[in-house]
Amino acid sequence: MLEAFLTSAITMATPILLAALGELIVEESGVVNIGIEGAMLAGAFAALAVAYFSGITALGLAGAIAAGVAINAIFAILVVNLAVNQVVTGTAVSILALGLTGVFYRKLFGVTGKAFMVAPIAKIPLGPLARIPLLGPVLFNHNGLVYFTFILVPALWYVIARTRYGLRLRACGERPEAADALGLGVIAIRWQALMMSGALTGLAGAFLTLAYANTFVENISAGRGFVALSVVIVGRWNSWGLAAASVLFGAAMALQFGLQALGTVVPYQLFLALPYALTLVVLAGFGGQAAAPSALGEPYRRQ
Amino acid sequence: MLSSIAKPFAALALAAALISIVLAALGASPVGVFAALGEGAFGNWYACVDTIVKSTPLVFTGLAVSLAFSGALWNIGADGQLTIGAIAAGAIGPHLGNLPHAIAIAIILAAGSLGGAVWGGVAGWLRARRDVNEVISTIMLNFVAVQALSWVVHGPLMEPSRAYPTSSPIARAAQLEFYFAPSRINLGMILAVVLAAACYLLLFHTGAGFELRAMGRNRRAATFFGIRIPALTFRVMALSGAMAGLGGAVQVSAISHRLYEKLSPGWGFEAIAVALVARLNPLGIIPAALLFGALDNGSQAMQRTQGISPELVQVIQGLVILIILAFDTPAWSGLREQIFGAPHDAPAVPPVAEMPDA
Repeated sequence: MLEAFLTSAITMATPILLAALGELIVEESGVVNIGIEGAMLAGAFAALAVAYFSGITALGLAGAIAAGVAINAIFAILVVNLAVNQVVTGTAVSILALGLTGVFYRKLFGVTGKAFMVAPIAKIPLGPLARIPLLGPVLFNHNGLVYFTFILVPALWYVIARTRYGLRLRACGERPEAADALGLGVIAIRWQALMMSGALTGLAGAFLTLAYANTFVENISAGRGFVALSVVIVGRWNSWGLAAASVLFGAAMALQFGLQALGTVVPYQLFLALPYALTLVVLAGFGGQAAAPSALGEPYRRQ
Repeated sequence: MLSSIAKPFAALALAAALISIVLAALGASPVGVFAALGEGAFGNWYACVDTIVKSTPLVFTGLAVSLAFSGALWNIGADGQLTIGAIAAGAIGPHLGNLPHAIAIAIILAAGSLGGAVWGGVAGWLRARRDVNEVISTIMLNFVAVQALSWVVHGPLMEPSRAYPTSSPIARAAQLEFYFAPSRINLGMILAVVLAAACYLLLFHTGAGFELRAMGRNRRAATFFGIRIPALTFRVMALSGAMAGLGGAVQVSAISHRLYEKLSPGWGFEAIAVALVARLNPLGIIPAALLFGALDNGSQAMQRTQGISPELVQVIQGLVILIILAFDTPAWSGLREQIFGAPHDAPAVPPVAEMPDA
């Protein structure tokens, strides 16, 4: 019971963490991308469509990366080059992706309502580690995307905190004018950040269709992109914090299924609302944007 | 002034061109689809009336969004606020049978406004007092509202036979009567128009409206001007929520007469497109809402005759918002200034998402 719950928590946390790490890169460069919900949805759809028609799961991952990057490119043109409002653009991108995936899903897979299943990404048990009681199944018996996501946590921390590239990224988020004066190329760095984030968010979407549901339904992301946005705030713009917050939300989602299965008298809607209500409570408690990059959300234009 | 009217039309034309490309990719005829949309929306008297009916909630949510956006408060939660307003109306509606019509109507609409005000007010309070970004909080509150509606129609407010997940119908006294029979045009539409005019006066002809717009342009400067940002933030979000909630109550009182799951097909999100087409001007909300109401209404016919799924409407909404933003950016104005030396209009949507509070 505990083992199943914890395993499920890690599984549920993975797509949220993957998208949140992508958003972290973007926010360090000074941009808020609410459109990650849309990029995730596009990734989920592209992964299923490519994997289904090619029969090769790995190609599905490539399709998801391409879709996430494409959605973020639309966002980047508007937000980075044309300096328009990031929140409204992100919302529009999410609506657009919801519409496009819905229209193309009905076109490609008909309106029969029949589920189009694909084979799940294979699990890779990590040798003897996977045989450790409790810890083994919970941590070391997952698919490659889960390992990739959790390895990305220290990797991203190192890149952002300790490398020259991380310093440039943060300079764009803290003082874009100064970064520009030093010749860092704010536009280029923000574009790079959005492209990396597009790839990670697309993969997060692929996780939903290829590792979790093994099919696509409209709006399959169901707000996970938005939860990832709050994970960045709750995690205080630190990849370790993001990992902790993602596991917390993953656990809330896993709890919802566990308690539903137990058939408690508590209405199931309460559990469905739990991750979102938890986000509100945690944000109200942790509050503040004090740890946010100073220039977050401000478009940069050369004067 | 001309450009403020011409821009939305140019944006819509460009959106239509891009939609045509999407339709061609789907193997459909753009002309056929647009004809079906128009036919479904305005083809006959009933279609026209239905378009107006479908536009009404968009006027309320569009006004809610435009008011908040004018103050650079990014209320993405009009959908949740409308839903909570509808729940309040649907909960109190069945118990108003013994009251005079006018009083029952006043109570049910007040209940909806109050419900929406609470939902918007929570986000406003979180922003004002706990420094929680209203974008995140309103999105989360949307999800909670959806589950709340699902719970009440399966639980406490479920109709007595417990066969269907709907609430009991509201009392006749609390139903907005149908005027202009046999059409379904009712007092709700008239209320929507009056509210739009009131919002226009509030925004452009009162001190509070000036403070709100000042906050939208530059939060820090507004603080130096003596405007109390936290109190204003809370009030604007509560008022914005109240208008969306009123829209929910009008929908329950005039059209649905009861609650059921997925009462809103996304009026709160569509409202963002409505508000931007109107360039946040409350008087522009009415034609903009009619436009999107027509799209919603026509999409059924489009699905029936052209086999295009109604999600195409969301593609149109998303594209229209993006194109309007692209047309409206100060980046272009700056370019124009360099070329022609003309001063640029301020963009309708404040470009800055977050300003550090002073």
